[in-house]
Amino acid sequence: MSKIPIFTLFERFWHWTQTILIFGLLFTGLALHGSHGLMAYDTALKVHIVMALSLIGLWAFAIFWHGVTGEWRQYVPTHRGLPAVMLYYAYGIFSGEAKPFVTSPSSKHNPLQRLAYFGFKAAIAPALWVSGLLLLTYAAWKGTFMGDLLPLAWVAYAHVAATFALMLFLIGHIYMASTTGHPWYAYLKSMVTGYQESQK
Amino acid sequence: MSIRSGLLILSLVLLPLPILASETPALPAETSLSSTADHRKFEQLAGPFQSGPEVTRACLECHTEAALQVHRSIHWTWRFEQPETGQTLGKRFALNNLCQGIAGSYERCSSCHVGYGWEDEHFDFTAEDRVDCLVCHDTTGTYVKFPTGAGHPPYEDTPFRGRLFKAPDLAHVARHVGRSSRETCGTCHFEGGGGDAVKHGDLDSSLLAPPRHVDVHMDPDGLNFSCATCHEFTGHIQQGSRYQLKAAPEAGVAVPGRESDRPACQSCHGAAPHDTGIHNKLNQHAEFIACQTCHVPAIARGGLPTKTLWDWSVAGRRDEQGRPVVEMEDGLVVYDGMKGAFQWEENLVPEYRWFDGNMHYTLLGDPIDPSAPVPVNRPLGEPGQPGARIWPFKIMAGRQPYDTHYNTLLVAHLFGRDENAFWRGYDWDAALASGMATARRTGQTEAGFSGEYGFVDTRMYWPVNHMVAPREDALSCESCHSVDGRLADLPGVYIPGRDRHPWEPFGWLAVWLTLLAVMAHGLGRYLIHRRRMRGAA
Repeated sequence: MSKIPIFTLFERFWHWTQTILIFGLLFTGLALHGSHGLMAYDTALKVHIVMALSLIGLWAFAIFWHGVTGEWRQYVPTHRGLPAVMLYYAYGIFSGEAKPFVTSPSSKHNPLQRLAYFGFKAAIAPALWVSGLLLLTYAAWKGTFMGDLLPLAWVAYAHVAATFALMLFLIGHIYMASTTGHPWYAYLKSMVTGYQESQK
Repeated sequence: MSIRSGLLILSLVLLPLPILASETPALPAETSLSSTADHRKFEQLAGPFQSGPEVTRACLECHTEAALQVHRSIHWTWRFEQPETGQTLGKRFALNNLCQGIAGSYERCSSCHVGYGWEDEHFDFTAEDRVDCLVCHDTTGTYVKFPTGAGHPPYEDTPFRGRLFKAPDLAHVARHVGRSSRETCGTCHFEGGGGDAVKHGDLDSSLLAPPRHVDVHMDPDGLNFSCATCHEFTGHIQQGSRYQLKAAPEAGVAVPGRESDRPACQSCHGAAPHDTGIHNKLNQHAEFIACQTCHVPAIARGGLPTKTLWDWSVAGRRDEQGRPVVEMEDGLVVYDGMKGAFQWEENLVPEYRWFDGNMHYTLLGDPIDPSAPVPVNRPLGEPGQPGARIWPFKIMAGRQPYDTHYNTLLVAHLFGRDENAFWRGYDWDAALASGMATARRTGQTEAGFSGEYGFVDTRMYWPVNHMVAPREDALSCESCHSVDGRLADLPGVYIPGRDRHPWEPFGWLAVWLTLLAVMAHGLGRYLIHRRRMRGAA
């Protein structure tokens, strides 16, 4: 049995802080949207704003980190090996086939993960924070030409639509990343410890 | 501590006592410090006075311009030229869905006119001694206008509908005049619509001494405002109007010598009175939501219900002796043969509309659509229009006479000594013909009456401004930011928590399907895994 270091301390800090903030934002955001009534509106709004600004700050730092370390390359989508991985999740995982991808520090994500994370980082997350910042600063721009061009409802629809995309991503991500390893919790464990244990 | 310094401190403590005691000479107990004149010392007010106008003539000997000032006031003219809509309003021209209008019923209606003797259409609006000084300046609480006395007080004790109206001692009242008070304003403004709390809902006699939770400004143990604290008077002209409100005050906090927006809340509180916090949303809301919307959470909060429906169509029932039938429920009149059927409500939640401060009225002769409730007045203002704000209203429902041929509202002659008056003859044809004839003679309208009438549902919008609650009772965010909140039907604005894109259910469907898919995937893996384990064993 060997231990391969996969996730650096920063990556783990980034991932789990993001986890807390995203779930907090989802919970408070759904409260603001009126989807549940488990939190007072005023409290939900304050918490949502503080967490959103924290998350944007974290992202800014993470972008910087990925830039200087070159780790951004981990998220460049590739079609090579993608069909094999998709086929594996659709069929091979049931019949006990070996996973057609080996995790290594230089290639942490399989092609499907790359695609999903890229979609999250390049589309869902920016859509959320751009629309969210517009909602937060509405009072400042509603009196300008932007207010004439951009109805508040559209910004809100975009924010909510991106939230749905986020929820779909989260469901898929949590299922795959926490139950499909060997043993089933292996990936979850490596995201906590940073190490991947003895892959065949 | 040395003995010297100890003595010094002792003398400092003791010294002020004799100074305080001797500095302010004693004043007669009844003398108000705020006035430089003691009206008890005026020979002119020695009396006795036989009538109200006699008192007024005495007042005018010193206050030479007072009557002329009052003559310019809406309290006297009952006429208001609305500059934005061009309509001529005021009680002489506007209708309502309570007592309908004044045409023909002057003696009764003018019991709330700041004058004496408006008993018919020939009242002289230029007569100085017809101004009633006492109704606003009485401080004794004994001066009262007789309900059917055309603005005069009872000159001898007179009963009216089961209540004795005592004749005031005019000379005594005249010698004890002072500033207006909630009591004097309230004699008319709390009684609008024919009784306490009937008309407005946010103005009733509970404001004479309201607890803090009913009115944070008028609480006698708190700020103890009178009406005129906000409704400032200059030369007998008051600030504040129901025909043209200052919906978007911009002058800010009132500074002497500068323009003031009184009685707007902003005149004292400024334009951004809320703590900024981390998002400043409350102050941003104040740019398009009236203060009253959140800070008057309900009206009729002082224990007195307000009238919410007045149905004239069923009026007229009388008993064998010919007296109008009166029916009570829970101590409230729900039917009166003179007036019809009523509904009442306490702790009434207002309804909300966009409002730029300008009221548009349906006047006599204006065409109506009787197939839907007719707005006797309606607040102007569009969503997002600069200066328009979301404003609370008491919406009064009515059912009142209209001309089924011309499709116009009508006014009935209600009170009077002749048989045409509805409250004498109980004959709608005669009362409507008489009321409309008077309205035409006095220039209130040029519209005729075809002789055919029916009853139409009407609505009236009474802007809510009073009974401001303490801050802890203001509305919370979710009062409006929720699916079934107070603004559930308000158009023209996206409200987070209320509004959704029509496709949103597809979003939830996708979420549930994805969840179902991963669960099925996981279950499949588990079952196959178990079978393989068994097979291996």
